[in-house]
Amino acid sequence: MQPISTKPAPPSDDKRWRIVTATMRRHGFRPDALVETLHSVQEAFGYIDDVAMRFIARGLQLPPSRVYGAATFYNYFMLKPQGEHTCVVCLGTACYIKGASDLLAQLEAVTGVKPGETTPDKQVSLLTARCMGACGLAPVAVLDGEVHGTADAKSVSAKLEEWMRHD
Amino acid sequence: MIEERPLFIPEQNIVLEHNGDIDPEVLEDYSKIEGFTALNHVLTEMTPPEVIDQVSRSGLRGRGGAGYPTGLKWQTVAKAPGTPKYIICNGDEGDPGAFMDRNVMEAYPFKVLEGMTIAAYAIGASQGFLYVRAEYPLAVQRLKNAIRQMEKHNLLGKNIAGTPFSFDVDVRLGAGAFVCGEETALIASIEGRRGNPRPRPPYPAERGLFGCPTLINNVETFANIAPLLRKGAEWFASIGTEKSKGTKVFALSGRIARAGLIEVPMGTTLREIVFDIGGGIPDGKAFKAVQTGGPSGGCIPSDYLDMPVDYESLLKLGSFMGSGGMIVMDETSCMVDVARYFMEFCMSESCGKCVPCRVGTAQMYQLLTKIVNGDATLNDLALLESLCDLVRNTSLCGLGQGAPNPVLSTLRYFRDEYIAHIVDKRCPAGVCPVHKREHQEVNA
Amino acid sequence: MTVVTLKIDDRDVSGRDDETILEIARENGIVIPTLCYLEGLSIAGACRLCLVEVKGTSKLLPACATRVSEGMEIHTNSERLTQYRRTIIEMLFAEGNHICSVCVSNGHCQLQDAAVALGVDHIGVPYLHPHRHVDASHELFGIDHNRCILCARCVRVCDEVEGAHTWDVGVRGIEARVVTDFSTPWGDSDTCTSCGKCVQVCPTGALFAKGKSAGEMTKQSEFVEYLVAMRGRRS
Repeated sequence: MQPISTKPAPPSDDKRWRIVTATMRRHGFRPDALVETLHSVQEAFGYIDDVAMRFIARGLQLPPSRVYGAATFYNYFMLKPQGEHTCVVCLGTACYIKGASDLLAQLEAVTGVKPGETTPDKQVSLLTARCMGACGLAPVAVLDGEVHGTADAKSVSAKLEEWMRHD
Repeated sequence: MIEERPLFIPEQNIVLEHNGDIDPEVLEDYSKIEGFTALNHVLTEMTPPEVIDQVSRSGLRGRGGAGYPTGLKWQTVAKAPGTPKYIICNGDEGDPGAFMDRNVMEAYPFKVLEGMTIAAYAIGASQGFLYVRAEYPLAVQRLKNAIRQMEKHNLLGKNIAGTPFSFDVDVRLGAGAFVCGEETALIASIEGRRGNPRPRPPYPAERGLFGCPTLINNVETFANIAPLLRKGAEWFASIGTEKSKGTKVFALSGRIARAGLIEVPMGTTLREIVFDIGGGIPDGKAFKAVQTGGPSGGCIPSDYLDMPVDYESLLKLGSFMGSGGMIVMDETSCMVDVARYFMEFCMSESCGKCVPCRVGTAQMYQLLTKIVNGDATLNDLALLESLCDLVRNTSLCGLGQGAPNPVLSTLRYFRDEYIAHIVDKRCPAGVCPVHKREHQEVNA
Repeated sequence: MTVVTLKIDDRDVSGRDDETILEIARENGIVIPTLCYLEGLSIAGACRLCLVEVKGTSKLLPACATRVSEGMEIHTNSERLTQYRRTIIEMLFAEGNHICSVCVSNGHCQLQDAAVALGVDHIGVPYLHPHRHVDASHELFGIDHNRCILCARCVRVCDEVEGAHTWDVGVRGIEARVVTDFSTPWGDSDTCTSCGKCVQVCPTGALFAKGKSAGEMTKQSEFVEYLVAMRGRRS
């Protein structure tokens, strides 16, 4: 069982845990810090694994199932490591009207993976978003955080192929 | 980050006033355009009931979608027993095809915060939260910057502007859950829980965040507050229609010549928006429908282009104001596929708590898939319609209750397209799998 | 607290204004079907079976979560409500994989009972045939997710009465499922006290005691109300 009277030591001496602890401390280690803390883990590590969830559960004195329940409820949280590069295809209404599903289908063909998956060489993660709020530029793809408006399959595919060559 | 240039519009700008004139990261720039004059006036010369009275008399209604009178909401929270009181700005703009709030938060962070601070004074709140989508990093950064600068200038924090009134604001990140736009789900999320809605009553005004009385308004609602108080309730009430006052910001996108943000007086017709402001449909294609209200809204056909846009008219047409997304569709869009697109959205965004929404959206999505594939019968259509009725009337929250709307509105105006898929095994717009199959058969 | 009078199904009844429609209906022998509701636990309002019609509002209201008020006129049993309830039950059958004949709870299942009471004689919505698992890692109990209707009674009793909060709901929408700890096998749970309360409150055969075969799993959940009352008195 978890001793809950003391604040837990970080799972490793990885300095990134300090950011996570700082987030919990800023919120007084209160239960309502859970979503903010999950955000800080994802920002620091890129994803949220079991080790992180255990650390948060002890830090915020929350039941494990509550931490897992929240982490899996929100689409933004990744429970698995992502690839070196990410390609997010927006599936918002304006993008849908302007052919986002065709764009996605072609990128699936290029990468050989389904949305939410990472190529076996760990180079590219293909992701989808509900709406980037950039509807005036539809269809939109976000390549490593950079927004590409009126994205055409040809240029985006070329970028993905370039990434996949650098393994 | 990318910036869409809002279009030039001759109409009155309230939310988007001084568009592009100021640096959204500099407090002094906002002060130059009468920023904080409303806040200073309110804090030094008005009592909280007087502020609420002004907001009530202006006729301002919630810009998040349902159009609940803002003054009445403030009054309910002000009167609710219990302390502390909280105030939440809902910036979880989740409707696909809506980007008004993103733009307002990015371009007018001080204005949103000024509105929140005035509201806090009016209802007696000492802590506020801005709940913003994590997908909007620039908005988050600018809001946080604005909070820091306002604290430095004693416009937030203890004894604001030398008065006894104190108010703090924190930013909380959403994490990709459309249902968190629903107020009880949003509260659960800020409390660090799964974003499950709960039955109302009790309403958040009585029992909200951490069990305390809570005011929740949308970004655009708060952005209206400072101009409204600066220029007076009568001025605000002189704009718009009888029951819908002021202006509305719309995000115009889809098959339209000039996509972008627009702000028009309530009561402007769809024709003026789509053709005069948006420049009509490109590539010589014909207008087919405009979708408003996001996944809880509907598709309005060309017969109703002259309808003035306000809360009541849109409801009458089987759609919904929503937060203000307007997606224009031309003849290349299949309305059955559009309905299926929205149902997929609702199915994936359902929290899964109540049975009608969790199972019903999945069932309806399957039926719509059967229709676009050309595998459905008229019995399937009857089942779809009865599920629409069930899910709309029995779901726990607005997500489920609104989920059938895209199907119901397309059935109302484009029933012939459903029949074409089911009976003739044909997609009139030529986009559905049934169409591709039909062509293969012809070629074979 | 004041006493109010109201009408349920055209009968004059009375109760306190801090009581719900469901409580007053049951006090008066009026049956409103429920699945997620359990006396002693917090209100979920999730199954939607107890929706009733209240004069003056066009919305259907959950009897479990709606307080009564003076002069209320309630209908619990209209043809429309019965039709909705039937379809909700059909949806629950279609959502999981329910095979009554081999189920440990056959004959003692609240989903089955509700179906019989409402006259559900066939499933009119398509079966979804999900792939779901059975977790038999716990020494005493098992969970068959194929039979879970996500009423979350197990989650609530574990949190609110036992105080362990071993269970919660993971993922969301049609993929949602109840989980123990970090979705770790139940038998490896650090927090489970093996009290078995979750098994007793489960309305179907999803949670069961090991060693039972078809139809042998009877449950009793009256202890919840008793425990809540006793614990309330002590404090």
